[in-house]
Amino acid sequence: MKQLIKHRVSILYALFFLVWIFQFDWIKENILFFIDDQSRLVQRISLLELAVQHIQIVVLASSISIVIALVLALSVHLSQSKEYRDLILQFSTIGETLPTAAIIALSVPIMGYGNGPLLLALSIYGILPILRNTLEGLSSIPRSINEAALGLGLTAMERLIKIELPLALPNILTGIRIATIINVSAATIGATVGAGGFGVMIVSGIRTYEPLLVIQASVPVILLALWFDRVLRVSAH
Amino acid sequence: MIKLSQIRKLYDTQEALRNVDLQIEDGECVVLIGPSGCGKSSLLKSINRMIDIDAGTITFFNQDIQSLPVEQLRRKIGYCIQGVGLFPHMNVKENIAILLRILKWKEEDIERRVDELLLMSELPLTYKTKKPHELSGGEAQRVGVCRALATDPPVLLMDEPFGALDPMTREKIQIAFRDIAQKLHKTVVFVTHDIEEAILLGDRIALMNEGQIVQLSTPEALIQDQKENFTKNFIGQDYPLMVLKRFSVRDLKLKPISNLNVTHRIDLDTNLKEALALCIKQTEAVIFKDEQNTYSLVYSDIFSFIRGMQDETAH
Repeated sequence: MKQLIKHRVSILYALFFLVWIFQFDWIKENILFFIDDQSRLVQRISLLELAVQHIQIVVLASSISIVIALVLALSVHLSQSKEYRDLILQFSTIGETLPTAAIIALSVPIMGYGNGPLLLALSIYGILPILRNTLEGLSSIPRSINEAALGLGLTAMERLIKIELPLALPNILTGIRIATIINVSAATIGATVGAGGFGVMIVSGIRTYEPLLVIQASVPVILLALWFDRVLRVSAH
Repeated sequence: MIKLSQIRKLYDTQEALRNVDLQIEDGECVVLIGPSGCGKSSLLKSINRMIDIDAGTITFFNQDIQSLPVEQLRRKIGYCIQGVGLFPHMNVKENIAILLRILKWKEEDIERRVDELLLMSELPLTYKTKKPHELSGGEAQRVGVCRALATDPPVLLMDEPFGALDPMTREKIQIAFRDIAQKLHKTVVFVTHDIEEAILLGDRIALMNEGQIVQLSTPEALIQDQKENFTKNFIGQDYPLMVLKRFSVRDLKLKPISNLNVTHRIDLDTNLKEALALCIKQTEAVIFKDEQNTYSLVYSDIFSFIRGMQDETAH
């Protein structure tokens, strides 16, 4: 019950999301009746199929970002070298400043059409928030706690696993949350190079001047982003 | 036994420690005291290698501390700091047991050891599940001491551990700590800038200034024997009165008397400073009793005790 109360908002978002995916015809007739439906002209794509693709892409890209960012953060932390830290942060900042569209466009000649270029772009994009937040979390541990851990004779590994990572966890989760919600919305532009997800419907909606299709696919993207935000926020506490 | 010889430490070009020699015997409490920046903390931290010295050797039970892996050395030395540094994501029991868990103790042994330590430091066993933020400053430091004692290390290093506590709490925890250290026969090196704390806890006091030990004496000997002006100024004119706190009425070895009305509710564990204060308020003898006997206490009992003590230290 307590769990239920804690997650009530995310449960609400999930319900909205599912109703939208499975009962869109009802929504179309009862809520969006004022929008002219021309979709009989277009090949219908199942919303469920797009949702599954979209979630797969986001989860996969975020996982890759998490692994890379954590490995980098730990190597920086354990090296204790300021130069190395600055170098890594510089690189990941450059990754952040590259427009997603540019990474996608540039990687198509190498990786071809499909999900590949999108996954690459999203993964690069997700590294910085996680890396920066993890480093921030590790370096903001109070001095007295570090001194006590050192004085007790804990090895670097023991300190990392028992003290530093648990204390940095809220920051790490914040980084993951930011990376994930960026990915949820950024994933839609992948459709321009043949990737799956809600972007497919949005792009075809734009191409056929059909607002209903755009709305049909955009709303679940928003709900999905809100849901990820909520769930990761709650688990950070 | 810890032996420090010719210890030197530089911070940039500033000499923090200048060729310091110090030998600490088993079961002894040596208090390092001095003004800020005198090097007392650096000296303490060089023993468990929290800082690395630039010259000199430190031997720990006849073994050079550089020859041991640093983690192994630190596990043999309990370490308490002013900020305590309890791990906020762990409860009291997990904090105390952190090293025991790493050393793979059995769960029932851990449970027993934690209970034993909490009992000894006068904390209720229900505190085991409390988080550090639920503890008062004094309680947190008691837990800190328990954590330092968990693996029963022979040596304790205390870096101004009670400095941030209010006076009432501080005195209670000082006495509790002194009793625990004596009972367990721990070798203690204690850093403070509070002369009363040094008197209460130290078997010997090492007075430091500008990176050197200026004087190394028992608290009693320091009454008469003040080698330098610095010592005189640092310990202050009322130093002899403060030394009274080290002793209790029991140490006077008063003879029981009979047939007198009890005038005061003190006992044999009352310290001599308080006893003297009572004598000052009272025009006649202070009459008090313990479980069996009645005693009478006057000024002169305390004075002659101090005289006798000084004669003892002079020889």
